[in-house]
Amino acid sequence: MNVSRRWLEGCLRRPLDATEVAARLAMLGVTCDAIEPLHPGLEQVVVGLVESVAPHPNADRLRVCQVFDGTPERRHVVCGAPNVTAGSKYPFARVGVTLPGGVTLERRKIRGELSEGMLCSARELGLGQEHDGILELQTGAAPGTPLLEVLPVDDDRLVLDVTPNRPDLLGHKGIARELAHGYGVPLRLPEIPGAPVTGLGTLRRVETRRAEVAGVTVGTDDPAGCRRFTAVVIKGVKIGPSPAWLSDRLQAAGVRSISNVVDVTNYVMLELNHPMHAYDLAQLHGPAIVARRAQPGERLTTLDGTLRELSPSMTVIADQARAVGVGGVMGAANTEVTAATTDLLIECAWFDPAATRRTRKALALATDASYRFERGVDLWGLPEAQRRAAELILATAGGQVVDAVDVWPEPTAPPRIFLRVARVALVLGESLPVECMERYLVAVGCTVLHKPEDARLAVEVPGWRPDLRAEIDLIEEIARLHGYDNFPTELRPYRVGRLGDSVLDRAVTRVREGLAALGWFEAQSIPLGPEPGPGGVKLLNPLSSEEAWLRQRVLPGLERAVETNWSRQVRDIRLFEIGTVFRGSESGGRPFETLRVAGVLTGARAPAHWSAGAAVDDMDLWDLKACFAAAVALANPAADVQVEAGGWVARLGEDLIGHAERLGLAPPAWAAPVFGFELDLNPEGRAPLRYQALPTTPGAWRDLNLVLTLEVTAAHTARVIRRAAGPLLESVEVVSDFRSEQLGSDRRAVQFRLRLRGADRTVRDEEVDQAVSRVLKAVEKELDARLRTS
Amino acid sequence: MADSDELRGRLAALETELVHIPSLDPRGLEAAEVRLLGRKQGALTEILKLLPGLPPDQRRTVGGEANRLKQVLEAAVVARKAELAQAATAAAARGLDLTMPGRLRHGGGVHPVTTVVEEIVAIFHGLGFARAGGPEAETEWYNFGALNFPPDHPAMDLHDTLYLDIPDRRGPAERRRNRSSGVASDFERRDLSDRREREQGRWLLRTHTSPVQIRVLQQEPPPVRVVIPGWVYRKDTFDASHAPVFAQIEGLAVDEGITFVDLKATLSHFAREFFGARTSVRFRPSFFPFTEPSAEMDVSCGVCGGKGCPACKGTGWMEILGAGMVHPTVLANCGVDPERYTGFAFGMGPGRIALNRYGIPDIRLLYEGDMRFLQQFGLRAPGELA
Ligand SMILES: [Zn+2]
Repeated sequence: MNVSRRWLEGCLRRPLDATEVAARLAMLGVTCDAIEPLHPGLEQVVVGLVESVAPHPNADRLRVCQVFDGTPERRHVVCGAPNVTAGSKYPFARVGVTLPGGVTLERRKIRGELSEGMLCSARELGLGQEHDGILELQTGAAPGTPLLEVLPVDDDRLVLDVTPNRPDLLGHKGIARELAHGYGVPLRLPEIPGAPVTGLGTLRRVETRRAEVAGVTVGTDDPAGCRRFTAVVIKGVKIGPSPAWLSDRLQAAGVRSISNVVDVTNYVMLELNHPMHAYDLAQLHGPAIVARRAQPGERLTTLDGTLRELSPSMTVIADQARAVGVGGVMGAANTEVTAATTDLLIECAWFDPAATRRTRKALALATDASYRFERGVDLWGLPEAQRRAAELILATAGGQVVDAVDVWPEPTAPPRIFLRVARVALVLGESLPVECMERYLVAVGCTVLHKPEDARLAVEVPGWRPDLRAEIDLIEEIARLHGYDNFPTELRPYRVGRLGDSVLDRAVTRVREGLAALGWFEAQSIPLGPEPGPGGVKLLNPLSSEEAWLRQRVLPGLERAVETNWSRQVRDIRLFEIGTVFRGSESGGRPFETLRVAGVLTGARAPAHWSAGAAVDDMDLWDLKACFAAAVALANPAADVQVEAGGWVARLGEDLIGHAERLGLAPPAWAAPVFGFELDLNPEGRAPLRYQALPTTPGAWRDLNLVLTLEVTAAHTARVIRRAAGPLLESVEVVSDFRSEQLGSDRRAVQFRLRLRGADRTVRDEEVDQAVSRVLKAVEKELDARLRTS
Repeated sequence: MADSDELRGRLAALETELVHIPSLDPRGLEAAEVRLLGRKQGALTEILKLLPGLPPDQRRTVGGEANRLKQVLEAAVVARKAELAQAATAAAARGLDLTMPGRLRHGGGVHPVTTVVEEIVAIFHGLGFARAGGPEAETEWYNFGALNFPPDHPAMDLHDTLYLDIPDRRGPAERRRNRSSGVASDFERRDLSDRREREQGRWLLRTHTSPVQIRVLQQEPPPVRVVIPGWVYRKDTFDASHAPVFAQIEGLAVDEGITFVDLKATLSHFAREFFGARTSVRFRPSFFPFTEPSAEMDVSCGVCGGKGCPACKGTGWMEILGAGMVHPTVLANCGVDPERYTGFAFGMGPGRIALNRYGIPDIRLLYEGDMRFLQQFGLRAPGELA
């Protein structure tokens, strides 16, 4: 909503400072996004009286003027305007003044004659395009008077962000009402220059669906969509341009001036938040103008020149023959006011907010009118709007009010709400005197009746506040007018809740911190992408087909991140992400959401260091395996990592809950292979940590270099070793994996290191020897393995 | 038979060695230590060996003197050793260029938005709020209806919603059978018993974390104090200041006797903890369908300290969170008696806070996974020459 400071000044009858207004409104709940000064830079221009005009000695088309600018010195000014006349007043800029165009005036000689300042044209002042001559001021103001006092064109446009619950703030009167309380001034409408005091007509109220107004049938056949319909007929108007004050005011509010009558309807909308429409009476068939539902297949060319298909759920305004407007949204070109119009029908009606919204969405046609009807205009305020419109039309376009009617088939009274005085303190935490509450409620337009018998206030809510529907809404008004900053800010005792932390969220934190400590960086990606495969969950209204599905796996997002890094010449990448994946349920309904952890790794195993000539190995499958195992231990502690199908998987019982593999991404020549993993995050089954007694006895170790056939795995061999070695065996580690021609292509030599230790005494050499020989026997028998001899 | 005078003389002679110890070189010090204090043949040991031959009273006095001297000598040797060690290091270092970079390990780190979320949650933890969560796919009822959004109301325009293409309408029993084989999270379990989901309108991606307010209140009677971090979705084109998915933190406190003063006090406390003790806070009226009265909380701009600068559009204030007293209709929708209970709720965007705090100019940087970006917020030891 664009608000003119001057318009507000007109309502409050006092000067305002735009910045201060914005600050006050902010504390009342209306944010000001910007303050745009209109016609700035005129503060130093004054009224100058040209006392004499003489020809320029050296130039035919220039004159030398003597200007009185209120100071004792007379100014010599060289002027080229043909219309400069002795005895007239003009805007005068002294030496040193900077004009809106950015020119700073200097004392200088023009063709040999000294010139001290400038008599200005409208264009030079940024007030218009005319450059025919200097701007003659019809004013009694003394020379030296600031121009802005004579020509009040400067203004500030406040761009306000009005919340959808406050339609009243879409009109200047509503904004002024908010301010009036703080300034302690009464709220009035600005005076209209030349407005008649009488002859504005009185709306005849009828409680039927239809009525006649000056021979025109008006009314509503659709009281649900259009509850109240008022019409005023004004004859003998003269369509023409608006007076400057009107077009300036509209322009300040960001609306272009069109013609006096159209400008009046816009003015009333911007002042009172009542969209209205002016019809050319001569163009109405019937003549009639009635709100009704659209017929199936009915079409209408709206004012924007588009032919629109209507549906029976929409309310239209129609004459005898056709629709002439979409109710609450937009009029049609066929009854528009033109230069030839002399007789008008002014319509001001109330359209249902939700229905207007549905129609606006169906037609994809958002207008200033639909914006207001959707939010709710004042059902009880239509007569005031009509009266204001008549006043303005008579003042700017002439004519006479012939008749006026108010069709309201089912009149209702503004809602009444009971406010329990005690409830206010229960919600706000601070006791306020009843008189104080009453004052605040009256300030926003409520009528308050005391009910001392049960400590309640009966509050009649103004029609312009459709958001005030229950007691709590009144409590908010009291808090708002009291000022949120005037409530205390002290911590008072409270009870803690019954709920503990979500187990899953705690687990997420633990996994995240664990992976970060292992040298990984957390990434966050957009969980939308192309079709992920069967079971995918699709968006109904995606932004693009590339983002039309919810992700089923986290890894693809990280693969994209790897490619992004490569495109920026980043080679060493270690990323993980914890996020939700989605899977559609076979029979519809809630999609399954599962938290997953994924990681990618590629590039150097450690940061390069000069001590090794900056040579570092790249990460390989074994880095992946360790990372995966660490991630599984953190994220799904009850799961096991297993070798499966040439890679690693994690299983929780039978369920496959994760996998790790080399990814198919093709690295650029300078980059390294990429590995990745993904698994479910499930904190269940995490074994509690228990202390293991530290050994107190010295241990022993032996290396066994075993020649194994290729089918025999290290894990299997270790199991055999463990079983055969007996209770003294503490651990088995792999030291090396050696292959050579000597061993043959079907064999390898794997060196195992066995660590042995007695629980309560030093292990003896003979015991170690016995254990080793048991192991050798077992591996030979079970695995056809023997000690490597060469 | 030992002679106490003779032993005293030997002790006196040894004492003169004390003067020399501070100037011995490493080799000399080692020799002196063996000669004077050696456990087998050191001079002092020799003296101590002779003590048993003295009469008892003399044994005590000479023994005492010998032990005192032993301590003094030992202390002198230790001190000299330390001096020499230091000198040796310095000497060795003369050949080294200590500006060469140290040997690093790979550092990791959490996302800057996570850092902000965790800090916020930790502060509310301290105020007795537990952490809760909820599903990202929601019904219109949870996302809008239960939160007092009137149907066909312009308030919906503030929530550009992504809807899901899900044909639905089964009975709850059937849904109960259809359990995820993976993790059944807290909310999933809760949801299985939720019979109302049938009439809850279309499926969508939650546009705010507020539906979790409803789920928490349905699950637990007051007193309730929870913070709810989570991802929310909007149909917003991905550009420098908008992302279709972003983090949000919701908070909810419901109990008997909770008032607007508690709201102000709790959130002001949070602001001072998070933004610094000298932060000013102000509350402005605002509008959210699910709170009444509604408020917006601003904190004094951290860039200019409140004087006004481009970061705060000259106002001196930064908008940080929306809040309000839980609307009685919302409480009633959750089966909580609004006459007995009141509460407050709030919501904020940790992504936006992170952008402000770290001076990140483009929201898309948060989602790219660029290692150079993430490394700025992680554990790092700069490998530069220094
Ligand atoms: Zn600032």
